[in-house]
Amino acid sequence: MDLAVVDLSRLQFALTALYHFLFVPLTLGLSFMLVIMEAIYVMTKRPIWRTVTRFWGTLFGINFVLGVATGLTMEFQFGMNWSYYSHYVGDIFGAPLAIEGLMAFFLEATFVGLMFFGWDKLSKVGHLFVTFLVALGTNLSALWILVANGWMQNPVGAAFNPDTMRMEVTDFGAVLFNPVAQAKFVHTVSAGYVIASVFVLGVSAYYLLKGKWTGFAKRSMTVAAAFGLASSLSVVVLGDESGYALTDNQKMKLAALEAMWETEPAPAGLAAFGIPSMKDRETHAEIKIPYVLGLIATRSIDRPVEGIFELVAQAQDRIESGVVAYGALETLKANPTDVAARAVFEEHRRDLGYGLLLKRYVADPRQADAALIEKTAWDTVPNVPLMFWSFRIMAGIGLLMIALFATAFVLCTLRKHDTRWFLRLAVLALPLPWISTELGWILAEVGRQPWAVEGVLPTFLGASSLTVSQLWATIIGFTVFYGALAVVEVGLILHTIKKGPFAQQEEFDPQRAPGAEAVA
Amino acid sequence: MELPLDYATLRLIWWGLIGVILIAFALTDGFDMGVGALLPFVAREDQERRMVINTIGATWEGNQVWFIVGGAGLFAAWPFVYAVSFSGFYLAMFLVLSALILRPVAFKYRSKRKDPRWRAFWDWSLFVGGFVPALVFGVAMGNVLQGAPFRLDSDLRAFYEGPFLGLFTPFTLVCGLLSVSMLVLHGAAWLGVKAEEGPILDRARTYGTIAALASVVLFAIGGLFIAFGPLGFRIEGMADPAGPSNPLRTAVVAAPGAWLDNYGRHPWMLIAPALGFAGALAALAGLWRRSEPLAFAGSSASSIGIISTVGLSMFPFILPSTIDPRSSLTAWNASSSHGTLFTMLLVTAVFLPVVLIYTSWVYKVLWGRSSTEALTTNPDLY
Repeated sequence: MDLAVVDLSRLQFALTALYHFLFVPLTLGLSFMLVIMEAIYVMTKRPIWRTVTRFWGTLFGINFVLGVATGLTMEFQFGMNWSYYSHYVGDIFGAPLAIEGLMAFFLEATFVGLMFFGWDKLSKVGHLFVTFLVALGTNLSALWILVANGWMQNPVGAAFNPDTMRMEVTDFGAVLFNPVAQAKFVHTVSAGYVIASVFVLGVSAYYLLKGKWTGFAKRSMTVAAAFGLASSLSVVVLGDESGYALTDNQKMKLAALEAMWETEPAPAGLAAFGIPSMKDRETHAEIKIPYVLGLIATRSIDRPVEGIFELVAQAQDRIESGVVAYGALETLKANPTDVAARAVFEEHRRDLGYGLLLKRYVADPRQADAALIEKTAWDTVPNVPLMFWSFRIMAGIGLLMIALFATAFVLCTLRKHDTRWFLRLAVLALPLPWISTELGWILAEVGRQPWAVEGVLPTFLGASSLTVSQLWATIIGFTVFYGALAVVEVGLILHTIKKGPFAQQEEFDPQRAPGAEAVA
Repeated sequence: MELPLDYATLRLIWWGLIGVILIAFALTDGFDMGVGALLPFVAREDQERRMVINTIGATWEGNQVWFIVGGAGLFAAWPFVYAVSFSGFYLAMFLVLSALILRPVAFKYRSKRKDPRWRAFWDWSLFVGGFVPALVFGVAMGNVLQGAPFRLDSDLRAFYEGPFLGLFTPFTLVCGLLSVSMLVLHGAAWLGVKAEEGPILDRARTYGTIAALASVVLFAIGGLFIAFGPLGFRIEGMADPAGPSNPLRTAVVAAPGAWLDNYGRHPWMLIAPALGFAGALAALAGLWRRSEPLAFAGSSASSIGIISTVGLSMFPFILPSTIDPRSSLTAWNASSSHGTLFTMLLVTAVFLPVVLIYTSWVYKVLWGRSSTEALTTNPDLY
């Protein structure tokens, strides 16, 4: 196994996924905001709401195409860069991806054309319904991709089959109703709604600060304030739900993001600050808030939250058992009918993945000595400082968002849309939710390391048998390509914002254009 | 749990379903790619180009989903094929992805600025987004027929031992050009149905005619390679259609000419190549007689025939290996588990008809020829 290939494959995946994830959450949220705006238009029949819908629709469109374009890479690079992963878990992982295509991508992609081109071909209600189907499609696609991702975090409903040398589905219902997937789905789509609300709020605030198109901006701001408040509350509450799910499934992830080295007596405290050190295996200068972590993670005051040292000791036992499973599997490969070996394999099957961790150092895990097993057990600890700080910044921004939208909501209710200090804050807040969601992705995926599939397949075994030069070619290619597209996209969005919501009417219907400002 | 369909039957159904998805991709996104490849040639100034772009502007996005579903369908039904082919054809895949990433952006961004250089750049991006994937898909099909240089070790990990340029041989280039002509013909036929009468349609007819003739000739040359070239593999002894998905348990040998075996055993399969030729000739007739429906039906039939010919010639092979025939992937040894195939069949049986119904409805709403006049009155058009 060439570790350079593995590292470069991870780099490429991280780059393309993080880039893709810049566009998708905005699409998730903005599509539903379009539904709300258009619903107001259909109910009030006031043309200004049509302008509101269409302007945000234009920005939605510019963003949407990049989500689609970069999504193509995501769909195909499992096979391209993670060939052994694709073989090993394709029986389970491929299904939600295919369902996503059939149920969600077709829906959003087929109707998005009609949404843009069907304004004069459909009735008002008909067009609203089309917009709704686009929003439904984008959100359903998040559901299925998170069912797939949730399975990587918590691989339920599947077992290893020695005859085909891969994981196979044993219970499709369990894969579908995976609690981790459910928690992730609601957390992620809510985060998308927050991004869209911040986007609409920020751009509207900019217009109000400039004193341009104020009627348009106030209406947009009101929608954003209400939608954003609901979403920012749900993203934090439901994020807490995913924390609760972690305690059952990914104890190591929880311990790492808390930098909790030792198991603490219940109820555990939450570290508000600290400088975790992987080398010293402790957290310096830690400041703890008592009880809070125990309450969040276990929903009790008497159950302890396990620390890293204890979890590493457990991993060590599982590696030893995994070596036995590996040995039995080698026997079965040579002779599939060996009953004794099959019985041994069945007994140790669930630890096979832990045995495979040793392949990082030895070709045959059976040759590992006790010292190597102990060293490998420590590989199950993800990057603690990165986790610790990603979590704190993500959650901190989440709380700030609640404050931002609560203020916006109060100001909009009091019709004080032109409170200048707040408008400035709203513009400054624009990048924050993107930082938060990107860190959320890092937390979820780095926190799963060293596993591609938790406890089942180590990441370093999942890569394709590619060469370093092939990987550099595509990494450079994607970086240059994506970088150029980002510049073009941001340029177009700024251009569209600058031209303002009435640009299209002015161009095509000069008589009505002066009236546009009057409406505002 | 006892499933109502046995493993072998499900594997056969999925072989058919993957074929249906590929054909649907060629029939729908096929004309989008064809139109893209034709764009700089059939339309010369901005108004003309906008008109051509708007013949596919509202529907290309849904059509492209057939490609995504094709990839995901391979992943779900044939994980081995997804894993081996995409990593094996790594740089070719990257090329296709780059071209296809450019396409959505080109559609959306072209109309956002009036600068002629800006627009020309995206016009050529649309050309690349149509021409390059069409070519690479054909070359890939050629490589599938020819076999790829990979082997599986005892963990079933795939190793690929061929350079990027190894993908291009005389035979695979014929396949690539065939694919381009097939889709250009289809794009020209689509313009006949969807673009307004005038110089653009006349140019489309000319290019369509060339493409139809090229399709017939290249398809025939491809047939000669199959009959007399060093192509073909055969399973030795009995393959167990219900056995575990482990390619290493099937004995396979290279057998030149073996891609004709199925036609001897099941002569009805000759319908496929016959349709490939007849469809292209019907399209030619349609273009000459200015019958747009005939031209479009002909180009569709030709695509169905050509793609089916590839599948039927190779069945049950999906991806043979040239360096270790024993690693070859077939419909019987490279599929998902029984349970996954069954579940995915249920899902497909429910959602595919729904997709077809609403897609038809959308096409109905957007029915009618695209026109240059509409460009001046409808602010929504690209």
